[in-house]
Amino acid sequence: MTSLSIGRHAGQIVWFLAIALALLLPELIPSKTALTKMCLIGITIVFALSYNILLGQTGLLSFGHAVYFGLSGFAAIHLINLIGRHQLPIPVLIVPLFAGLAGAAFGLLFGILSTRRHGTAFAMISLAIAELVAASSLILESFFGGESGVTTDRSVGPTLFGIDLVPQIQVYYLIVGWGVLSAITMYAFTRTPLGRMATAVRDNPERAEFIGYSPQIVRLLSFIVSAFFAGVAGGLAAINYEIMTATNLSTAASGSVLIMTYIGGASFFYGPVIGAIVISLIQLSLSDVTPAWLLYLGLLFVITVLFAPTGIAGLIERHLPPLRARVLHHLIPSYLLSAAAGSVFAVGAIALLEMNYHVTLNAHEGPLLRLFWIQVDTTQPLAWGVAILVTVCGFFLFRRTWPLVGGAWNEIDSRLRKAAP
Amino acid sequence: MKEPALALTDLRKDFGKTSIIRGVSLSVVAGERHAIIGPNGAGKSTLFHLISGRFPPSGGTVALHGHDITGLKPSAINRRGLSRSFQVSNLFPRLSVSENIRCALLWSTGYRYCFWRWADRLSDVSAKVEDVLTRTGLSGRRDVLAGVLSYADQRALEIGIAIAGGADVVLLDEPTAGMSHSETRRTIDLIREVTIGKTLVMVEHDMGVVFDLADRISVLVYGEIIATGTASEIRASKAVQDAYLGTAGTAH
Repeated sequence: MTSLSIGRHAGQIVWFLAIALALLLPELIPSKTALTKMCLIGITIVFALSYNILLGQTGLLSFGHAVYFGLSGFAAIHLINLIGRHQLPIPVLIVPLFAGLAGAAFGLLFGILSTRRHGTAFAMISLAIAELVAASSLILESFFGGESGVTTDRSVGPTLFGIDLVPQIQVYYLIVGWGVLSAITMYAFTRTPLGRMATAVRDNPERAEFIGYSPQIVRLLSFIVSAFFAGVAGGLAAINYEIMTATNLSTAASGSVLIMTYIGGASFFYGPVIGAIVISLIQLSLSDVTPAWLLYLGLLFVITVLFAPTGIAGLIERHLPPLRARVLHHLIPSYLLSAAAGSVFAVGAIALLEMNYHVTLNAHEGPLLRLFWIQVDTTQPLAWGVAILVTVCGFFLFRRTWPLVGGAWNEIDSRLRKAAP
Repeated sequence: MKEPALALTDLRKDFGKTSIIRGVSLSVVAGERHAIIGPNGAGKSTLFHLISGRFPPSGGTVALHGHDITGLKPSAINRRGLSRSFQVSNLFPRLSVSENIRCALLWSTGYRYCFWRWADRLSDVSAKVEDVLTRTGLSGRRDVLAGVLSYADQRALEIGIAIAGGADVVLLDEPTAGMSHSETRRTIDLIREVTIGKTLVMVEHDMGVVFDLADRISVLVYGEIIATGTASEIRASKAVQDAYLGTAGTAH
C-alpha cells in the first residue's frame, strides 16, 4: 500500500503534525460545540480506517461494516453498566479494548460466512448480514433496548490517574489516545506478512493460492482485524454518547463509512482520515444550512466516483511530483479560471436546487427564500430566469476553461518526464 | 528404484461430455527437466491445472514424491513443494516487483499468517528476495509495480514467483510464449540456472527451447500422451511425426 509516498521523513512529519494538531485543537478552538464535533470526527476516523482494511487493503466491498461498530458499541454500553453495578472492577478507559474484542468475535462469526467469497458475492452477503442484524436489533430488546436504545453513565468504576471521564475534554483525549494507538496499529498491520498477503489476495486471489496461501483465511483474518478496530470505534462512541441505538448499526451507517472511505481515497492509508474529516464536517455544517444537504453529499460521491476515483488522497498524491519538482505553480492560472467558472455554475445550480426544494417541500414557509445572503421570491419568474441563466453560462464557461487544466497538466507531465533520468 | 518426483496415473478430465485429458500416465524422476509438447488444444495447460490443483481431475491420481495429492487445493499442493507459473502472466499487479517475490516467499519461509513482524524486515526473506531479483535480472526494477512491467519482465517475474518459494518440483507453462529470439535465449538460460537441483516440467511451443532444455519430452495429442522419450527418440518416433511434428513442422 502506498501510504507515505511523500518521502519517508516528510510522511512521518505530517503524521506528527496531525497528532500534535489533534492534541492542541481544544486549546485552539475552545468551544463546547466544537469539542463535541471533534469527538465525533475522532471516532469516525478510527471507524473509516478500520473499514479501509477491508476496502483498500483486502479489496472487500462491505455494505455492513456498521454492524461491528454498533454491536461492539452495545457490548461496551452493557460492560460500562456492569462496571456501574460494581460487578466488574475495570476502569472505563480500557472499555474500547473489550469493545474491540467483541467486534473481533462478531467479525469471526460473520466473517466465516462472508469471506468464503469475494467480489459481488461478498458484498451481497455483507448486506444480508447487515439487514439481519438490523432486523434483530428491533426484536432482541434486552440487548438492543428496542427503539430507544440502551443508555449508560461513563463516570463509574475505578479511575486511572484521576481520569473520571466526567468532563468532555477528558473523553476527547481518550478518543485521541485510542485513535492514535489504533491508527498506528492499523498502519503497522499493513506492513506485516499477513497485511501484505491481504493486499496480494486483493490483487490476485488465484495466484495467492499457488504460493501457499488460502485466500479465504487471509480474507477472514483481515476481516477480524477490521472488525476489531470498528469495535474500538464503537466502544469510544459508547463512552462518548453514553447511548447506543439501532441506527448505529443500520445500513445507512454502513453506507456512510463506505462513502467517507471512498471519497477520502481507499488506495492510500491516510485517505479514510481525510474522508472522515471532510464528510463529517460537511454533515455537521451543511445540515444546519440546507435541508438538501444529503443531495449535495450524494453529488459529491457521484463526482468522486466519476472524476476522481482515487479520492482526495489520490488528488493529493497526483500533485506531489510537480510539487517536489517545483513546477506546481504552473497549474495555478488554469485552476483559478476553472474554479471561477465552476463556482458560477455551482451558484446557479445550487440556486435552482434550493428554489425547487423550497417550492416543493417548504411551500408553507411562504414564497421567500434566503439564498446566499439575499432574499429570493420563488414566485417571480425573473428569479428563476436569472438562476437558469447563471447555471447555463457557468456550465459553458466551465466547459471552456476546464481544458486549460488538462493542458497545464500535459505541460507539467512532459517536464517531469524530461527531468526523470 | 527411486521414487518419481511426480507421477500421474491414468489422469482424466471431462468438461461436460467433452474429454480433454483422456488417461495420462507419466512419471518424472527427481532432477529431470521434462517438456510437454503438443498441438494447440491438446490439453497441455489443462494437464498443468490438474497437477497444480486448479481443477480437480475427473479420474486418476497425481502423486508428488510418492504422496497422493489428487484433489488437494492449490495452496496445499504448493506447501508440499510444487509450484507453477502461468501461460498468461498472473502476478500481483498493484504490488512492486520485490513485493511480488516477497509474498511468494512468506509461506515457505515459515511466516504464514504472521501479523506480529514487519514483512520487509525479515532478514531471511529479504536475502532470498535479493537472490531471486538477481537471478531473474529484475534488480533494477524492484520498485516498479508488476502491472506496468514490460512483457518480457512480467514473464521473468512470473518465473521468479514460481521458483522463489524453493519448491522442488516446478511447472512452467509456456515460459517463452510471445518472446523475441534474444528474450527467449535469456529465458532459457534463466530456466536452466534456476532449476538446478529441481524437477522441471514445462509446456513449450518453441521446439528449439524444448530440444535445448529438456532431458525427456512427452508428446500430448488429444488428451493422450502418444510418446515419451529423449529428444532424439521423439524426433525418430513415427507416431509423433504422423501426429504432430509433420503437421506442426509445416504450420510453423
